Amino acid sequence: MTLRRILLLAALMGTTAMAAEAQTLRIGLESDPDALDPDKSRTFVGRIVFTALCDKLLDVTPELELTGQLATDWTVSEDGLTIDMTLREGVTFHDGTPFDGEAVKANIERSQTLEDSVRKSEVSSITSVEVVDPTHIKLHLSAPDAPLLAQLADRSGMMLSPASFEGDVAANPVCSGPFKFKSRVAQDRIELEKYDGYWNAEAIKLDGVSYLPIPDSTVRLANLQSGDLDLINRLAATDVPAVEDNPNFAFAKATGLGYQGITFNTQNGAMADNPFGKEAKLREALSLAIDREAINQVVFAGLNAAASQSVSSVSPYFDPAFPVPARDVEKAKALLAEAGLEGGATLEMQFPNRPENQQVVQMIQAMAAEAGITIKLTAKEFASMLSDQAAGNFQSSQVGWSGRIDPDGNIYGFVTTDGGFNDGKYSNPEVDRLLAEARATSDEAKRKELYHQANVILMTDLPLFYLYNEAWLYGLSNKVQGFTAMSDGMIRLENVTLTE
Amino acid sequence: MLSHLTRRILISIPTLILISIFVFALQKMLPGDPVLALAGEDRDPETLNRLREVYHLNDPIWQQYFHWAMNALRGDFGTSIRTGLPVSEMILQKLPVTIQLAVMSMIFAVLIGIPAGILSAVRKGTATDYLANVVALSGLSIPNFWLGIMLIMLVSVKWQLLPASGYVPLTDDPWQSIRTMLMPAFVLGTALAASLMRHTRSAMLGVLRQDYVRTARAKGLPDRTVIMHHAFRNALTPVVTLSALLFGELIGGAVLTEQIFTIPGFGKMIVDAVFVRDYAVVQGVVLVTAIGFILMNLLADTAYFLLNPRLRVG
Repeated sequence: MTLRRILLLAALMGTTAMAAEAQTLRIGLESDPDALDPDKSRTFVGRIVFTALCDKLLDVTPELELTGQLATDWTVSEDGLTIDMTLREGVTFHDGTPFDGEAVKANIERSQTLEDSVRKSEVSSITSVEVVDPTHIKLHLSAPDAPLLAQLADRSGMMLSPASFEGDVAANPVCSGPFKFKSRVAQDRIELEKYDGYWNAEAIKLDGVSYLPIPDSTVRLANLQSGDLDLINRLAATDVPAVEDNPNFAFAKATGLGYQGITFNTQNGAMADNPFGKEAKLREALSLAIDREAINQVVFAGLNAAASQSVSSVSPYFDPAFPVPARDVEKAKALLAEAGLEGGATLEMQFPNRPENQQVVQMIQAMAAEAGITIKLTAKEFASMLSDQAAGNFQSSQVGWSGRIDPDGNIYGFVTTDGGFNDGKYSNPEVDRLLAEARATSDEAKRKELYHQANVILMTDLPLFYLYNEAWLYGLSNKVQGFTAMSDGMIRLENVTLTE
Repeated sequence: MLSHLTRRILISIPTLILISIFVFALQKMLPGDPVLALAGEDRDPETLNRLREVYHLNDPIWQQYFHWAMNALRGDFGTSIRTGLPVSEMILQKLPVTIQLAVMSMIFAVLIGIPAGILSAVRKGTATDYLANVVALSGLSIPNFWLGIMLIMLVSVKWQLLPASGYVPLTDDPWQSIRTMLMPAFVLGTALAASLMRHTRSAMLGVLRQDYVRTARAKGLPDRTVIMHHAFRNALTPVVTLSALLFGELIGGAVLTEQIFTIPGFGKMIVDAVFVRDYAVVQGVVLVTAIGFILMNLLADTAYFLLNPRLRVG
């Protein structure tokens, strides 16, 4: 009765205001970005918004190769200590300030000196920025830094108008990207409008773009289906058929650069004192007990990619010498026996309290049990889990990483002795040496060899192992044309159109 | 009456201070490090330490509280460490959203709950009474999130009558704003209507047994006048109290409903803030909510005076 009454009411009200803003693309994101200041931003969704708002010195191609954006050309000197960059001419910021060498210098110095900059470590190797002329700069480095170029294709390379530094950047970011900042209501929406003075304006067909954070994936999909959104990020794997089977919608997918895996506490405090923390063999046994492809099929409808190394299979740095291992319960049992644990072993595992992670660890629990490994699962709220992990208050953790373009970003911090993410406190001087050398080498073939050598050690020591690479799944209205999903998970709006 | 109100306002000051201390302490007892939660994928140890300094997280807790309280007194609730925006500005942005949702929900609750309560009291023991009871109990027991998703699926996806979720400011487009908030207000309203209905019913039953009601009927007054004028007005006191309290609760935010309909109100704000340990935001929202709740209580007290002339003396 009441339901019918409200429906009648709604019907009477009619469905006006349906097609008001035809050329504004409405994108549903999974969460609300943090500060819209490239030097303070820390969230993945924040990077998605920046892709439309702020141009970077460099960008990446769909094949994950670096390409020019605000810099048209760059060369790294023989000794790796100088990077020469030619800047694009005729670029202006959204406030009309021209973009030039001085602007680059000011931005890099801001990343290095701003009190609460989170970019400091990314650009720490730059000792000075020399402005040769308005369109040429030289970056002088303290040591060769191969991942730096990839950082300049991300937030460290985003250029703000130096004239805006004095104001509240997060509340009103002034960049030089295809869209300029219009308004933001926290937890509701971020609105951008087309910047007519954009250097590549003819590639921009939309008048504006709105980003709406909608955490619940069912509701995000419902908004797409009801026509309230045009594109949704992070479509749930289980909802893919609903989108694919409907002729009004399309589905796009790209295998991402990130991974999900299991990290062990090998040397971080008293909790490391357990069989799995001490014996690499047992970690290998657990790894062998897991059927990665089965997890992918059951939990993710086969849309992700089973994985066993730090870089994704789409990365140029993927190491074919380490294919995803097949499940081998017998070998796992044999390894347990070798470690003197024929009777079985017990491992505590914490995981973030999200449905997908829970399904994954429950499958792992069942598969490990068949090999004689009892897993005790503890679901934790994410912030608590992070601090427990940093404090060494765990035996093993099911965690992931959103992935970086440069292979260094997926491995260095996690396994080097002083790495910021090395919560298990794994330490192997040889791994430290190889990864440091890979960092200082710009030659791709040489770097691949160094990563291979590090992998050989890591695959034996197994301080962490990998389960799968997540795929970026998008649901689109058929009105959206020209969108391509990319491995870095960013939503690029060049040549994207919206038809009625 | 004035002295009564002044006394009530004065009493509420220590209440507010206690609430703020309590919430501050509870937050500090939560496991999890705000800086670590915030840093997310940029966990450079140097950066973490600097952020702790910037946000005074290395200071002793009492000092942190004092720092916050002193600023709060001057109307500065601090800065959100997640968005970098001033908390007072964020609260001002959410306040109209929360108030609009609360008002619209209360309209649903009152429009459904009170007539249903009167009807079932007047027709006690009949099919109407039982039906109203069943409806009220369903309103109480159907989970908000379920009803919300079902409504989205039917009304927005299947029939495409109302927007599925989101929020449009009343000042931008009043019509669209009300349309967007109809479903969430209905979901919240039905749940509240249930308790309003139950309270109206029992208050009415009590009053209907009174002698003056019998007298009124004996005088030959029409049924309608007896029920609305003589009985209902006297049964209103508990109903007004309850409505004020329910409204106060709504000001605190409706976490699940806001989450499902993606309404940027207090509930969603506070939950998101707790997840990233954004202390300043939690603290600010709780304080504003507490003030709202106390105000509603005062309003209920004032309403008694208007409804019940006997209280006006003394």
